[in-house]
Amino acid sequence: MLNVLSAGLGDDRNETSERSEPMSVQTAAHLPLGIDAPHGVVHPIWVRVTHWINALAMLMMIGSGWQIYDASPLFGFAFPREIALGNWLAGALLWHFAAMWLLVINGLVYVTLGIVTGRFRRKLFPIRPSDVLHDLFAALRGKLSHDDLSVYNAVQKLLYLGILVVGVVIVLSGLSIWKPVQFHSLTSFFGGYNTARYVHFAAMTAIVTFLVVHVTLALLVPKSLRAMIVGR
Amino acid sequence: MPRQRKAIPGVDPKLLIKDAAKLLPEPSRRFFLRGAASLGALAVLSGCDILDGQTSEDALREISTFNDRVQALLFDPNTLAPEYPDSMITRPFPFNAYYSEDDAPEIDGDKWQLEVGGRVDNKKPWTLSELNKLPEVSQITRHVCVEGWSAIGSWQGLKLSDFLKMVGADTRAKYVWFQCAEGYSNTIDMPTALHPQTQLTLKFDHQTLPRAYGFPVKIRIPTKLGFKNPKYVTAMWVQNNDGGGYWENQGYNWFSGL
Repeated sequence: MLNVLSAGLGDDRNETSERSEPMSVQTAAHLPLGIDAPHGVVHPIWVRVTHWINALAMLMMIGSGWQIYDASPLFGFAFPREIALGNWLAGALLWHFAAMWLLVINGLVYVTLGIVTGRFRRKLFPIRPSDVLHDLFAALRGKLSHDDLSVYNAVQKLLYLGILVVGVVIVLSGLSIWKPVQFHSLTSFFGGYNTARYVHFAAMTAIVTFLVVHVTLALLVPKSLRAMIVGR
Repeated sequence: MPRQRKAIPGVDPKLLIKDAAKLLPEPSRRFFLRGAASLGALAVLSGCDILDGQTSEDALREISTFNDRVQALLFDPNTLAPEYPDSMITRPFPFNAYYSEDDAPEIDGDKWQLEVGGRVDNKKPWTLSELNKLPEVSQITRHVCVEGWSAIGSWQGLKLSDFLKMVGADTRAKYVWFQCAEGYSNTIDMPTALHPQTQLTLKFDHQTLPRAYGFPVKIRIPTKLGFKNPKYVTAMWVQNNDGGGYWENQGYNWFSGL
């Protein structure tokens, strides 16, 4: 029980994953794997590592994706070359199809661990519409508490779950653009080759919008950024 | 004085001058990272040469070669590209090349010959009229450009696999290399060459292939990106070494399968 108390008091002793967890209902779920957070740790090491690898992969995918978009824009604008990656179409394609491995492998590790450790279930569920509305209004009035970083508010839960879904959509729509013959059923699912390009673009837009909000809020609450780096 | 553009039936002049410069390399393109402000922070983080231009370009090309192997595994010789009804043909079908349509090769069909070489039994060159007598197949498929746009076209000609058998090609060879009149070239893998929809194309929309689309012979490969569909073909070689290609040599992915 000491751990529970000390964690609540902001204990920052060195933690190791070998350390036994207190037997409570909340922690029992992640005991067997021994890879979830020790007490006082907001984000276990696998979350932090996959988070930053994902950040790197995302920047490469988005930057090169913008350069690829510019070769044949879907809308009446192009992305400035200064903020795109790859310098020309061939370079951007090389980046895009290299970074995709990093994005997908890292994403699979993250989702697998998120499911098997029970982290997704604990952190993201349940999401009640009434809580979302309540927390949204509280956030807009600047009255949403960040005291306990280990507990997500309802708006966070919804956004984190939503961005996971968008992640799946951007990968699948990307596959359907890359391989419209071999994966023609998937391409048809996205409404055909041309529509799949719009879906892919829309998913990118959703991710970039999420990123802007996510990074802004992380900078407004610096201890959340610290937690994603050092874990607590 | 600007040259008068010859009107080609079914071709929109605006599309003919479609900017191919987007595909063209810049003098500075060696360094794919130039202008990559979005990665500036990462360069600082890495604090070393990992993101240095030449090193990263070499690494990226290695991964591209790895992606060639992955795509060869993904390629199913029995999976057919979707076919479309007549009504879905893109009209006008766009002209696209790294030069304007004015500069496209103008070939005299009576003098032209298709040279066949490498690992084949019969190296006799083929005239256009000889090719036109062979059994015709037809397809209406989607041409997907590496730039992202696509267009549905109607192509007629002979199955490349039939032609390869006819000339006694060694189909255990790894590649088929194509040479084009303007200096363009392309190499494709043998499984793709033998795919049932890979076509030695002589017609577009049941008319003799117009100059814009590669007269007299184009290789239509609906399982590959557009730039792997050579036009104005003058020679075909069956071989075991990868002959490279115009765009591939500049950094575009070699397999480029769809």
